[in-house]
Amino acid sequence: MFALGQTDNQSLIELQGVTKVYGTGQAAMYALRGIDLRIEEGEFVAVMGPSGSGKSTCMNILGCLDTPTAGVYKFKGIEVGKLTRDQRTRLRRFYLGFVFQGYNLLNRTSALENVELPLIYRRVPAGVRRARALETLETVGLKGWESHTPGELSGGQQQRVAIARAIVTDPAVLFADEPTGNLDTARSREIMDLVTGLNRDKRITIVMVTHERDMAAYAKRTVRFLDGLVESDEQNGRAT
Amino acid sequence: MLWNTILLALREIKRNVMRSVLTILGIVIGVGAVITMVTIGGGATAQVKEQIASMGSNLLMVTPGKRLGPGQSSNTVLFKVSDGEAILMNVGSIAAVAPVSSKSIQAVFGNQNWSTQVTGSDNQYFKVTNRSIRTGRQFSDSELRAGAAVCIVGETVRKKLFGGQESSEGNIRLEKLSCQVIGVLESKGQNTMGMDQDDIVVIPLRTFQRRLSGNQDVAMFQVSVQQGASTDKAQRDIRLLMRERRHLSPSDDDNFNVMDMKEIAKMLTGTTQLLTALLSAVAAVSLLVGGIGIMNIMLVSVTERTREIGIRLAIGAFEREVLMQFLVEAVVLSSFGGLIGIVLSLTASVWLASMLRVPFVFNAGIVVIAFLFSAAVGVIFGYFPALKAARLDPIEALRYE
Repeated sequence: MFALGQTDNQSLIELQGVTKVYGTGQAAMYALRGIDLRIEEGEFVAVMGPSGSGKSTCMNILGCLDTPTAGVYKFKGIEVGKLTRDQRTRLRRFYLGFVFQGYNLLNRTSALENVELPLIYRRVPAGVRRARALETLETVGLKGWESHTPGELSGGQQQRVAIARAIVTDPAVLFADEPTGNLDTARSREIMDLVTGLNRDKRITIVMVTHERDMAAYAKRTVRFLDGLVESDEQNGRAT
Repeated sequence: MLWNTILLALREIKRNVMRSVLTILGIVIGVGAVITMVTIGGGATAQVKEQIASMGSNLLMVTPGKRLGPGQSSNTVLFKVSDGEAILMNVGSIAAVAPVSSKSIQAVFGNQNWSTQVTGSDNQYFKVTNRSIRTGRQFSDSELRAGAAVCIVGETVRKKLFGGQESSEGNIRLEKLSCQVIGVLESKGQNTMGMDQDDIVVIPLRTFQRRLSGNQDVAMFQVSVQQGASTDKAQRDIRLLMRERRHLSPSDDDNFNVMDMKEIAKMLTGTTQLLTALLSAVAAVSLLVGGIGIMNIMLVSVTERTREIGIRLAIGAFEREVLMQFLVEAVVLSSFGGLIGIVLSLTASVWLASMLRVPFVFNAGIVVIAFLFSAAVGVIFGYFPALKAARLDPIEALRYE
C-alpha cells in the first residue's frame, strides 16, 4: 500500500497554508484563504462556523475528496495533493470513515448491506463481512433492525446506520458532517454519546462539523472558521 | 468481486422489472429475428440440396435456346427424337435419355376436372427422374411405338379426379384425347420451387406429338449419366455432338444448353442464401437499435443513481469499480435479452419450419454468435454511461438531489 512512515513528531493531519479557489479570473471565489491546522491522533475536534465560512470545503479536502489549490495537506506525512485519484480513493478506503450530512445511505438496501458496503470494497470475505457488519450495528444499538431499509428507519436510526457504515472498517479518522443535524435533542445526545464513546474506546480520531454549541461541547477541541480562515482554535475546558 | 458485481446488477435489474423488460426488448427482437432468419434460411437451403440430391446428381438437362429461363432467342431450334437417340448412341457413359415435352391441360374424368401438366415421354423418363410406379404398369413398347391413348398419373391428379376411390381405372380426357389410366406414380411431394411433382400426367411421346402438340418436336432431353462416370465429360461430349449435328461453325454460340444439377443446385441455393443473408442483415439492424435502447436506459439509470455513485466513490470505490458495476449491469441486461431471444427464436423457428414445410436445422454456430453479439452490444453501448458514472465527482454527486 503506502509507506506510511509515521514518526513521533508528525501529526496525523497537517494543513499548511491551504487555499481553495473555485473558478478563475474575475469569477474566482476563495473558499479557503490559507488554513494552517494540525490534528493529532486520538483527538476529537469540532469544526464550527457560519455557512460559507469554508468548513465544508475544508472537510472535503481533509477527507481526500478534494485537493487544495495551493498549500500542503499531509495525511500521516503523505502529501495528498500529489496523489492520483485512485491513490486518494485508497486512502479513503483504508483510513477514513465518513458520516455525510443527510445520512446518504443507499435506498432500498437493507441496513446490513449498507454497513457491509465499505467492507466489500476492502475485499473482506462475505462471512467475515457479515459478522463485522452485524457486530457494528449492535455497537450503534440497532440489533434487530439489520434487514430494514433506510425508508423503514427513523432519522436517528438512519444516522446510526451511517455511523456504523463509517466505523465498520475501524478507520483512523472519522469525518462527520453535522451528524445530529436533523435530530431532536434526545436523539442528538444518543448519537453524540456514541461518537464520544468511539473516540474514547476505539481511539478513533474524530473531526465533526456542527452548528450547535451543545454538540461542539462534546469535543475536546473546537476550531471556528470564518471567511475561509481559522478564526479560533481552542481546547474545550470540559473533560469527557 | 465480479460475483458481487453480478449479484448487484441482478438486484438492480430486479428492482425495475418493467423497465428492464422494455430495455431488452430491442435485443430480444434483434437476436430472435437473426436466429430465426438464419435457421429458416438454413432449412430451406438444406431442403433444396436434399431435393436436388434426390433428383440425382448425375442428371443433365439439354434444352434448346441460348440460356435457361425467359427471354430465349427467337431462332430457337427445337429438338427431334433423333437428337436423343444420337446422344445415347454417341456419348459414352450415358445411362438413359428421356425426351420430354410438356403442356398444361385440363384433365377430365366424369364430372371432375383438374388442370395439370401433361408430359410426353417414354419409360426412360421414370428412370431419369427417379420415379417409380406405385400401381399399374409402365408403357409397353407397342404403346410407345403406336402412340396409344394410355397414361400414367401422379398422386395429386389421381386424388383430384378419382377422389377417395381406390381404383383409378377408367379413361380420362385430355383435350380431344381420351386415354386409359394404366398406372399411378409413387408420390414425390413438392420440388425445390414449391411445385407439386405429383401434379402430372405422363403419356407416350408419340401420343403427345400426334394428339396434343401436332408436331414432331421434343422440348428437352433429360439425360442421366452412369453412376461414377464424370458428368463434366458427358456434358462436354453432348455439347460437341449437338454442335456437330446442328452444323454450328466455331464462331457460332451454342443455340442449346446443357446444364448439370450442380449448376442448378448452385443457382437455387445461391438465391436462398442471398435472401437469408439480406434478411439477417435487416434483423441485425434491430440489434443495433436495441443497443441504443440499452444505452438510453443506462444513461437514465446513471442520472437517477448519481447519489449512490457519489456514496460509493466517497466510501472507497475505484473509478474502475463503478465502471465495472454499470458495465456488468448493461451486459447482464443485454445477455438476458439475448437468452430470451434465443429461446423465442428457436420456438418460432420450429413452428415456422413446420408451417413452411422446410426442415428445422439447428444452427449452434449462429446461436452462439448471436448470444456473444448481444453481450457485446451490452459492452459497447453500456461503456459510455458507465464511464459517465465512474467519472462523476464524488462531492458533486453527493450533493445531487
